[in-house]
Amino acid sequence: MALIELEDVARTFTIRAKVGRLRRERREVRAVDGLSFTVEAGECVGYIGPNGAGKSTTIKMLTGILVPSAGRLRVAGVDPARERTRLARRIGVVFGQRTTLWWDLPLRDSYDLARRIYRIPDARYRANLDRCVELLELGPLLDTPVRQLSLGQRMRGDLAAALLHDPQVLYLDEPTIGLDVVSKVRVREFLREINTVAGTTVLLTTHDLTDIEQLCGRVMVIDHGRMVYDGGLDGLHATGRSERTLVVDLAGPSAPIEVPGARVVKVDGARQWLAFPAEDSAAPIVAAVAAGYPLLDLSVREPAIEDVIARMYAKVPIG
Amino acid sequence: MAEYLVENGSSVRPERPLEPESLLEPESLLEPQGRLERLRWALRSWQLSAAMWTRAAMAYRTSFVLMLGANIMITSLDFVVVILMFQHTDRLGGWTLPELGLLYGTSAFALGMADLLVGSVDALGERIRAGTLDVMLIRPAPALSQVCAERFTLRRLGRPAQATVVLLWSVSALRVDWSWDKVLLLAALLVSGTVIFGALFVGGATLQFWWGEAKELQNSFTYGGATLLHYPPTVFAKELVAGVTFGVPLAFVNWLPLLHILGKPDPLGLPAAFQFASPLAAALSVLVAALAWRAGLRAYRGAGN
Ligand SMILES: Nc1ncnc2c1ncn2[C@@H]1O[C@H](COP(=O)(O)OP(=O)(O)OP(=O)(O)O)[C@@H](O)[C@H]1O
Ligand SMILES: [Mg+2]
Repeated sequence: MALIELEDVARTFTIRAKVGRLRRERREVRAVDGLSFTVEAGECVGYIGPNGAGKSTTIKMLTGILVPSAGRLRVAGVDPARERTRLARRIGVVFGQRTTLWWDLPLRDSYDLARRIYRIPDARYRANLDRCVELLELGPLLDTPVRQLSLGQRMRGDLAAALLHDPQVLYLDEPTIGLDVVSKVRVREFLREINTVAGTTVLLTTHDLTDIEQLCGRVMVIDHGRMVYDGGLDGLHATGRSERTLVVDLAGPSAPIEVPGARVVKVDGARQWLAFPAEDSAAPIVAAVAAGYPLLDLSVREPAIEDVIARMYAKVPIG
Repeated sequence: MAEYLVENGSSVRPERPLEPESLLEPESLLEPQGRLERLRWALRSWQLSAAMWTRAAMAYRTSFVLMLGANIMITSLDFVVVILMFQHTDRLGGWTLPELGLLYGTSAFALGMADLLVGSVDALGERIRAGTLDVMLIRPAPALSQVCAERFTLRRLGRPAQATVVLLWSVSALRVDWSWDKVLLLAALLVSGTVIFGALFVGGATLQFWWGEAKELQNSFTYGGATLLHYPPTVFAKELVAGVTFGVPLAFVNWLPLLHILGKPDPLGLPAAFQFASPLAAALSVLVAALAWRAGLRAYRGAGN
């Protein structure tokens, strides 16, 4: 059974902008424009796209915060906008940009409120809290007021708060924003654990593609509210028509190498860079170079996912 | 039970099965069912939220007693104005000072209690802009309960406390035969009045879903309306009195029921039933406010980001 189902979902915003001194103009922004996808229980899905693509809007519809303008949504068997509080017991939400914790109170108090509001049975609550405290190293922070926590500590606190009630789905909207490398690694490790061990379905929005590479088996790319890619990370390279690079060290400077299936993109003394389609095999190209040129050393560089996605965004016509 | 392969190749048993049925408890135990249960849950949510805010406020050690005192002083000025007026006359619109005390006491008590319980809803626009409403909407508690309890502080007891003093004084100073119907009516009007002001707070704040600056308008109906009710209906134009009877139901807070208690004629000459209709007016106000709130939530556009 699909845990998350969207069918032709759209959300428009009407914006009133001042034009000239008195005239006001109404303009419609299609933040989400005919989106359909399903997510199965246990998946970890990366949800990416450029600024303003409609990621946050989608997540808000999936939590019931926003009512869709059109289309059908179901999460854990519930229509989010219609039965928001019922859904709330089945989902966990983390907004990187804002906290669900109580600013002036110790971390522990926020968790205790969650226990009451989600009506978590005591034994379950203690087990979940212990596990989160251990995995996220929250022990020393439990009695600290939230306003005194660093951004990374607070994010860990927020993650725990979203998981105490054993949600079936965890939505994360930019959970690693503003975190340093160490904190990012810790958050990722935790999310992996939650997804693989506890089996929680994860939908993750981020601008840090390392998050996706390390966590998600599946990526959805949206732009202008429309899905432009949905599939595995490797498939993304093919779709993005990405290229791998063969770096060749010759015995001495030479004219640009000419071999079938690759083209020289850069020459620097005895070193040359050859680009070829990512889905092609490197072997015949290497063989051709070795046969025709005094080859000393070589290496193959994988395409950077950033480049692939940047190229993908650029291809989408502005609509 | 299924097993899952983890990075290092070892397999780990999931701590709980994957099926969506794997909820903690049967759904029926978790989600409040039925109207009464939901209402109780809404009140309980308010209470939980208010308790958190009370504790949060204690983080800043401003003296509670000092602030409560200041609060009482400031709101008392309203009635001092009335007393000063009576230095030059012993009647205002045909009403004596103790009678005005009853008007003032009931109006200020109802407003003060409504303000204490739901008054924070008027900061809805700020909550929307700051994005805290989004956070409330992802919790399994009614958003309205959470918004109303926000920044809850017992300091706001100042106004109702002070109103109670004036009320007790005027009841003792008045020469009214307190028959059971009048006692009951006084109790009913205090409750109904609180509910009517509460509905005005909520209904007015709901406008902020569409129009960010609606707070001023709402305040003119709540705080402004309460000041209006400090004075007898006879000093105002008939059109205004009709407006707060049939439009914004302020007249049901104290004017109409007090006509019966004090045995005064109705300036509008309405049927006597109006003097007992405060609970009905309160129920209608709640209905309208609740519908408005629902429409507001559906129109909610999010904080952006
Ligand atoms: N409350 C709102 N009122 C008007 N327009 C809005 C509102 N919320 C979002 N939008 C618009 O909808 C579009 C999608 O916004 P959204 O926040 O979903 O993007 P996003 O993919 O999350 O972007 P980012 O990566 O910057 O977080 C944008 O054009 C944005 O301006
Ligand atoms: Mg966003």
